[in-house]
Amino acid sequence: MSTAAIFNLNHPAHAVQWHFFFMSVSNVIVLGLMLIVFAVAILAPFPGHGRPRHGGAKS
Amino acid sequence: MSDAERGSWTGAVRERALAALPPEKLLPDTQPAYMSSWIYVFGVLSLVSLVLIIASGVILSLQGPDWWHTSGIGHFFNSFHLWSVELFFFFMVIHLWGKYWMAAWRGGRSRTWMTGAVAFLVAIPCALTGYVSQQNFDSQWISTQAKDALNAAGIGSFWNLMNFGQMYTYHVLLLPLAVVALVAAHVLLVRKHGIVPPFHRSQTVSPAHAGAATNGSPAAHNGAPLPAGVPGADPMPSPALDPGIVVAAGPDTGPVP
Repeated sequence: MSTAAIFNLNHPAHAVQWHFFFMSVSNVIVLGLMLIVFAVAILAPFPGHGRPRHGGAKS
Repeated sequence: MSDAERGSWTGAVRERALAALPPEKLLPDTQPAYMSSWIYVFGVLSLVSLVLIIASGVILSLQGPDWWHTSGIGHFFNSFHLWSVELFFFFMVIHLWGKYWMAAWRGGRSRTWMTGAVAFLVAIPCALTGYVSQQNFDSQWISTQAKDALNAAGIGSFWNLMNFGQMYTYHVLLLPLAVVALVAAHVLLVRKHGIVPPFHRSQTVSPAHAGAATNGSPAAHNGAPLPAGVPGADPMPSPALDPGIVVAAGPDTGPVP
């Protein structure tokens, strides 16, 4: 039994090449996503920041 | 030397463990305000991913390659295991980048930094041995390419990537043990030393509080700011890269200098 794949992978991998730089498109996408998420993690405000973080025992 | 240390090795271990990690440090009910940062969320997400990796890996190892290649449930757990690994690295890299730019090794936290960085490095061969243990054409292709890479690096005589038994043992036992041990040490060291304070606060600790600066205590970061040019003053704080500054308005940290 075979199931249809969401993406057709039955071909050589696509790659991004620029001078010495050579990377598969999937790796470029993952790397780009990591950079975007990292920037968001740095810049996005953390929910509830500024509120005291004391637990009930010592308040 | 206490009575317990003289009496037995178990007592000595208990006293040393309690001295290094008393219960209020191991399971604290307060944290500095600068912990309110997404970078720590990614550290916790890495831990969650690791738990999912181990759980799905145990199920795969119980059933074997024939099951994970031929049954629907086997396909599901095979994919679950793979994507847990992908997310583990994704989250861990973001956590690592964040801690690098926060210089998280400051204040006697070098072991915390090193265990985290080495856990990342050990996780790479742990994943590689998994890719070559799939028992399909993909794993054959990866193992032959990786074999050439190890040979080119001059370390090919230590491991045979085309030996399924060796790679599988590394993947399900030796390397996971190393990763889990390093991650456990990393978490315990975070508990022991606390998270690293933002740049401007760690550089403004008064000498009277310098000893307490390594335990993450908010009280340790309220010293007066050092004037520019004085040794120890932060010459170039980087608020844009320091998530701790985002939460500097917390009442237990005082105003940003």
